Amino acid sequence: MRLERRHRTSPLALVLAPVGAVAFTLVVSALLVLWAGAPVGRTYALLLQGGFGSVFAWSETLTRAIPLILTGLAATVAFKARLFNIGAEGQLYAGALAAIAVGGMHGGTGFALSPWLLFPLMMLAAAVAGALLLLGPALMKNRLGVDEVVTTLLINFIVLLAVSAMLDGPMKDPTAMGWPQSVALQGDLELGKLIPQTRVHTGLVWAVSLAVMVWAIFKYTVLGFDIRAVGANARGAAFAGVPVTRTVVMVALLSGALAGLAGAIEVAGRTSYVTLDMSPGYGYTGIVIAMLAGLHPLGVIAAGVFVAGVLVGADSMSRAVGVPTYIADVIVAASLIAVLVATLLTQYRVRRA
Amino acid sequence: MGREPPSPPSPKGGRCKTFMTQTVLRLQGITKRFGALVANDAISLELQAGEVLALLGENGAGKSTLMSILFGHYTADEGRIEAFGQALPPGNPKAALAAGIGMVHQHFTLADNLSVLDNVMMGTEPLWQPFSRRSAARARLLEVSQRFGLPVQSEAKIGELSVGERQRVEILKALYRGARILILDEPTAVLTPQESEALFDTLAQMVAQGLSIIFISHKLGEVLRVSQRVAVLRGGKLVAQARAADTTQAELALWMVGHAVEKTARRPARSVGDAVCVLDHVRTTGSGHDRLDGVTLTLRAGEIVAIAGVSGNGQVALAELLSGTRRAVAGSVQLMGRALPPSPARLVPRGVARIPEDRHAVGVIGDLPVWENAVSERLRSPAFSRWTPLGLRWVRRAAARAYAARVEKAYDVRGAGLSSPARSLSGGNMQKLILGRALMAPESANGQRKPPRLIVAHQPTWGLDIGAVAYVQQQLIAARDAGAAVLVISDDLDEVLALGDRVAVMHGGHLGEPRPATAWTREAIGLAMAGTEPS
Repeated sequence: MRLERRHRTSPLALVLAPVGAVAFTLVVSALLVLWAGAPVGRTYALLLQGGFGSVFAWSETLTRAIPLILTGLAATVAFKARLFNIGAEGQLYAGALAAIAVGGMHGGTGFALSPWLLFPLMMLAAAVAGALLLLGPALMKNRLGVDEVVTTLLINFIVLLAVSAMLDGPMKDPTAMGWPQSVALQGDLELGKLIPQTRVHTGLVWAVSLAVMVWAIFKYTVLGFDIRAVGANARGAAFAGVPVTRTVVMVALLSGALAGLAGAIEVAGRTSYVTLDMSPGYGYTGIVIAMLAGLHPLGVIAAGVFVAGVLVGADSMSRAVGVPTYIADVIVAASLIAVLVATLLTQYRVRRA
Repeated sequence: MGREPPSPPSPKGGRCKTFMTQTVLRLQGITKRFGALVANDAISLELQAGEVLALLGENGAGKSTLMSILFGHYTADEGRIEAFGQALPPGNPKAALAAGIGMVHQHFTLADNLSVLDNVMMGTEPLWQPFSRRSAARARLLEVSQRFGLPVQSEAKIGELSVGERQRVEILKALYRGARILILDEPTAVLTPQESEALFDTLAQMVAQGLSIIFISHKLGEVLRVSQRVAVLRGGKLVAQARAADTTQAELALWMVGHAVEKTARRPARSVGDAVCVLDHVRTTGSGHDRLDGVTLTLRAGEIVAIAGVSGNGQVALAELLSGTRRAVAGSVQLMGRALPPSPARLVPRGVARIPEDRHAVGVIGDLPVWENAVSERLRSPAFSRWTPLGLRWVRRAAARAYAARVEKAYDVRGAGLSSPARSLSGGNMQKLILGRALMAPESANGQRKPPRLIVAHQPTWGLDIGAVAYVQQQLIAARDAGAAVLVISDDLDEVLALGDRVAVMHGGHLGEPRPATAWTREAIGLAMAGTEPS
């Protein structure tokens, strides 16, 4: 068996690749469901119902999709330029911490500024925190050839430890009875509810707007051309006059800022505090979402909602049939591998030797 | 293939003269498709013991595919291969090696930091053998090198050898493994004329010893010089076979291209104008010989200066310097009286048209559409983008696509349209796109086009078919006649002599004095390429 490059890739194959990958993943995951002793059909039906079967299910799925779309966008921007940012998790926490630093109830009240001023400051601080966190690895890659996968991944652990130190130190919530959580966000900085009686907040508007913004940058701006050119062929881009270093810096700032905003929007829209478990790996799941979307910013919205639905649906399914919720993680992780193989197969054909 | 195959020869007996007519290799009806493209269409070929068979064809004619099938890198869709009377299992390079087929690739597969002996032995010893049997291997290498007249120093590091010597090591590597059929892929592409002659002598010696050689080339002269028989491929088909003694260059060219070809006729520069670009004792960054080491050169309007040289002697540095992708560390570079800006984005608006050596890796961004590649050099100009209040430049897509369409039309770029990826263009069409965008400035507000002032063309016709070669060369000559200063850097001596009004030779990062093309002989250029200054 060997792989031969296809001369052209059909557009249909590009659409079918993620669909086929997800279908393949569900078949593989079915084996685990059987192993857990549950009926496959009922399990998947419950999973689907739990994620998309009611207004409540949809509201929970959309709530979960908000940080996933944002981290998915962070991965999309970076991966498009071949800057492999694995650090969205750390950037998310840094953004969340920055949001509390600006908008938290320090000393019981926080900064006495108008929310009209404080809210933009809070968002800006979160974006800057995430952006600066990725700037170092990007420059080290560009100038010194240091592998950004290693540096961004390791920084995640540093950030988590730093968050832990803050939650036990300067930002500790004095009313939490020793529980490691930060002071709360000022109430008037919290995002409004999009649908009453649910947890869906206006962060969804932020996420979708940012997806459209990234799409427009990719498609209509010189920066978007630069990002795509550097990712596709850095030497060719440099020859054509693309400022490669400046483009990498812009990509790092944009990608890190998106992940940082994910943290701030989680705090302002859902948790109100920073805790050490506020993100169950949103940063890493964002990579899966970006790949499922084929690095298309608008596709990230759909992929984010789908993955969120699987994660949410797994919770209620687990309660009903006793298959551990980890099946959702297996599905998400396996779908990443499947989509990578499927993408490969859209570009290459397998020949028997 | 109705004939009875001749009695199976023993591979050991190839040394005596009686085997001269024995078939050592037989390809029968080899067909290979890539999607809709038929790379090889029912090709049947035979190779006799003790002969050099030249395989002639343009790029894309199917030579490489056929040899890849023979060597087991690809599997044929149809057909079979026999070596020394035994069927060769498809898709198995090890079996090809064991059957005595050796391949010398155009791009060497040697480790620079290891010795000649290490490179020759590499892969011939089993992994679990505790000690390497170097002295036995050295004795065998010596024996092979003496028998075929290929002297080498077995302990020299590859990195210290010249290109000709490295090629000798590649050939020895194949012979050391017992190759009785040697495939040489464009072996003279990297050699000076003198080194090529030495190679031809070596090949003569090898066939006299009973070896058989397949010599792949697209240079007609050397094919007739070196081979006994010529097979011509065109469009995946074997279109002709002839004895070298019975054919002519003109006939071979006709078979190769399918129609009569006129060579670009030399047209001397009409009027040479002022200096456009002046290099004064320029040194650049770079390692080894891939840098400029004190180069002085004046390029004048209306004149083509052609640079010859064995690749890797500083040509890349010179081309990159004038393309804005490499810096000078000493000396000065002036463009129309002002310092040359060190970035492509500022060079292009000053009238510098650039044609890079590697059109796939540097000239285009293959995954992006044709129209974006057409405007990529000028995307930052007001013609194709404008500032928005957000601080981002917004692309004027309509203007960009219109310009791309004009380039496509004016330079006859044929492909699947402006929105298809540039990667899908054939080599010739890709080069026309690069040529077109470089030479054709967009119209300014008053409807005028600024013609390029300086053209830097590095290997502008490398790998193109003869028709595209003529087109590119004619465009460069036309640009010269329109008043541009043209610098052509090429490994192809024929091209240098056909295009250059003045010719200079690069060696070891130095550039010789440019002299009128008519003042040079091929021998003199060859000597200069090898580092001997002409007196």
